[in-house]
Amino acid sequence: MSRKVHVQTQINGDSIEFLCEPRQSMLEVLRDDLDLTGAKEGCNNGNCGACTIMVEGRPVNSCCMLGVEAEGNNIETIEGVASPEGLHPLQQKFLEHAALQCGICTPGFIMNAKALLESNPNPTEKEVRFWLAGNLCRCTGYDKIVRAVLDAADNGDDDL
Amino acid sequence: MKSGNGYKVIGSRPIRHDGVDKVTGRAKYGADLNFPDMLYGKVLRSPHAHAKIISLDVSQALEYPGVKDIITGSDLPIVEERIAEFGEIPENMRFLSDNVLASEKVFYKGQPIAVVAATDIHTAEEAVDLIEVEYEILASVTTVEEAIAPDAVVLHQSLTTNTLGEKTDIPTNIASHFRHENGDLSLGFSQAETNGVVIERTFTTQTVHQGYIEPHTATAKYNPDGELTVWTSTQGAFAVRDQVAEILRHSASKIKVVPLEIGGGFGGKIRVYVSPLAALLSIRTGLPVKITMSREEVFEGTGPAPATLIRVKIGATKDGRITAAEADLFYEAGAYPGSAVGAGANCMFTAYKIPNLRIDGFDVVVNKPRSSAYRAPGAPNGSFAAECVIDEICQKLEIDPLEFRLFNGAKEGDPRPTGPIHGKIGYIETVSAAQTHEHYQSEIDILKRQGRGIASGYWGNGAGRSSVNLTVNGDGTIMLLEGSTDIGGSRASIAMQAAEVLGIASEDVRPAVVDTNTIGETGVTGGSRTTHATGLVAIRAAEDVITQMKGQMADHWEVNQVDFSDGVFSSSNKSCGFKEAAKICAPVVGSVTESTGGAGGGFGTHIVDVEVDEETGKVEILRYTAVQDVGTAIHPSYVEGQMQGGVVQGIGWALSEEYVFGENGEMKNSSFLDYRMPTCYDTPMIDTVLVEVPNPGHPFGVRGVGEVPLVPPLAAIANAVSRAIGVRMTDLPMNPGVVLKALDKI
Repeated sequence: MSRKVHVQTQINGDSIEFLCEPRQSMLEVLRDDLDLTGAKEGCNNGNCGACTIMVEGRPVNSCCMLGVEAEGNNIETIEGVASPEGLHPLQQKFLEHAALQCGICTPGFIMNAKALLESNPNPTEKEVRFWLAGNLCRCTGYDKIVRAVLDAADNGDDDL
Repeated sequence: MKSGNGYKVIGSRPIRHDGVDKVTGRAKYGADLNFPDMLYGKVLRSPHAHAKIISLDVSQALEYPGVKDIITGSDLPIVEERIAEFGEIPENMRFLSDNVLASEKVFYKGQPIAVVAATDIHTAEEAVDLIEVEYEILASVTTVEEAIAPDAVVLHQSLTTNTLGEKTDIPTNIASHFRHENGDLSLGFSQAETNGVVIERTFTTQTVHQGYIEPHTATAKYNPDGELTVWTSTQGAFAVRDQVAEILRHSASKIKVVPLEIGGGFGGKIRVYVSPLAALLSIRTGLPVKITMSREEVFEGTGPAPATLIRVKIGATKDGRITAAEADLFYEAGAYPGSAVGAGANCMFTAYKIPNLRIDGFDVVVNKPRSSAYRAPGAPNGSFAAECVIDEICQKLEIDPLEFRLFNGAKEGDPRPTGPIHGKIGYIETVSAAQTHEHYQSEIDILKRQGRGIASGYWGNGAGRSSVNLTVNGDGTIMLLEGSTDIGGSRASIAMQAAEVLGIASEDVRPAVVDTNTIGETGVTGGSRTTHATGLVAIRAAEDVITQMKGQMADHWEVNQVDFSDGVFSSSNKSCGFKEAAKICAPVVGSVTESTGGAGGGFGTHIVDVEVDEETGKVEILRYTAVQDVGTAIHPSYVEGQMQGGVVQGIGWALSEEYVFGENGEMKNSSFLDYRMPTCYDTPMIDTVLVEVPNPGHPFGVRGVGEVPLVPPLAAIANAVSRAIGVRMTDLPMNPGVVLKALDKI
């Protein structure tokens, strides 16, 4: 075991410091050290997207990022998506469209869909499907997920 | 307000009760539980598909800093060969125990040999590499053809064939051989030969995985008083409790299994893998122990659905009447017996009236991971073969495939090909609905190598034991405790049934899935039984609550009789709603545990359009419509979701998913990159048509809906591709290489 490294970062708007081994992934740090278990581990090699977080506004598979790479970055996880005012429109639309069954992939889909809508507020169905192709869902067949994202985009909310 | 079906709650689409937790990341799944003093377990797995363990030395690994304990097969109590029932699956205890942790031999690459418990996962992984194992590598058997050859290497010396009910004493890889026979086969085929058509084909399907996104995980904590707690994600908490108890010889009454949220199962999270290992390490170390599989371990070390070799022959007269059918089904059980070949045989011809029939089924062991249940276990394979031959008959006779199904399709009162009489079923209704659907009327472009495929499918659905505890609160809301783990919205579908009986809103019922010490015994969430069976028990508990409240209201109003209907309690001169009555009566508790019957079988008929790229061999799904008899849809959105999810799993099975094995039986593609499940970019919207033929075995007409939709897609897509390219496709998956080969391009 190598010495732990001190990392200073921002997570969901809060300034956070943690110690981690250089070999620890950001996903492991979030889940095991910071108790932010909303990001899920489905494959640990970047193929399923269940661990998606936002780093400096871009979607990242946190299993493929080292904890030490969080230094100085602005990070958003699923735990930071809802506000005291309520759910984010994507979260609300996922519920209304029944766009989840077991729900394990849902945090990753919402994070990646949020990144999509922030860069492309009115995507076509094909654009949604292309953007989300890195997120695997085994329950829904994707139909209701794609509809939920399209519906959230249609909302036209300024904060999207 | 009542909806069109006459119900207030059933058929509506409320937000699921556990929804907010699941879209905010707050829901606790199996791996989300941490204890401060927790150890992490890592499993050493066999690198060989078939080997004897000559020696096993853990001394170096034990000395590695941070390692607290190591267990091997010799640390498990010796378990004799005997059959125990867990959930859907009968288990030979010796095989179950060896599959959890091998004793003398390993029978597949990935079989557990030892488990390290250490202070963190990385230390555990490093220590696993320090364990020294000497193997005597044995020749492996990796296909059905190899396994049933007369000079085949035999996996289990204790295994002899149970042939048509009779045991032989010669060791073999054929664990069982059964037969269904009906009518006069040669007469049936001769009728077709002289005046119609007989088609015979051999089909193969490859090993595929359920592909749930959440790997298997368990955390165990043992207390010095003998109380063992296991937190895990499972389809059946009681099934986990009983398996851990049997494997460790620990009293089941001293094991509490706490089901955390489950990230998909599809049949694969009934049999235990890591729970008994975490439990034994916790018993030995006195500390909480967590074991979570990697994705590679999930592929290599858990039960996939079996690869199969199936021969089907069907005869029909010129006017399209089936006269005879026969089939030989060989299913790879994997390392230990118990493939789903029985269900495959039961389901494959069930949609049809077939006067003369023979089916032979063979359960064959090979050096691959032990096969397990996967959504309608066994049925997709058998139906793939049967429905493809039927499609070819339709082509030969130039009969519309839906017309053919209307003509030969089974109705209530018809005998099933394998014996029992059909009860109230809605097969014909699904065919008619497909026929009139706009999709079926639409044009496809043959010149672009587009093709349309049709297939039907059947699953029997399940019932069995469930328990529900209802408490009426003073504000008129309900606490509903249940033992059925919720994989896809069953909290909602069960709560809605209770709400319908009580005349309150879905939101006024607060369902909770609780541990094995808190609720009565409940079967697994599997077999498409949960909304039917646990729903039925919830209805009984709600009726019990109403009976009690009627009595209390009679006392309160000082009358002899109080009635209840439409959510209102009334006597000759007084009445009040459920909520008002609750203020007077609460707390009221209704608790029911019951083993129910009455499961109604379900049928689906699917339409799919594909386009085949002649240059690349890629098959694109252009359009898909799934029609299904769903009995009564409690929450239609989640019924549609079951159908859409099943279809897309079927698209993967048909086009891209397979275990690729090396020569020595080692899996070559154990990652989500190389084992190709469909993404949203590979699939279109999946249209659904919910045909509602209520099941008379349930007060609201519920039929299981989860498994049926995985039965038709394999054949539907194969039929579409076959029609698109003019070559009959018989081997799955139809990946670009297979398609190019069929087109004679490679």
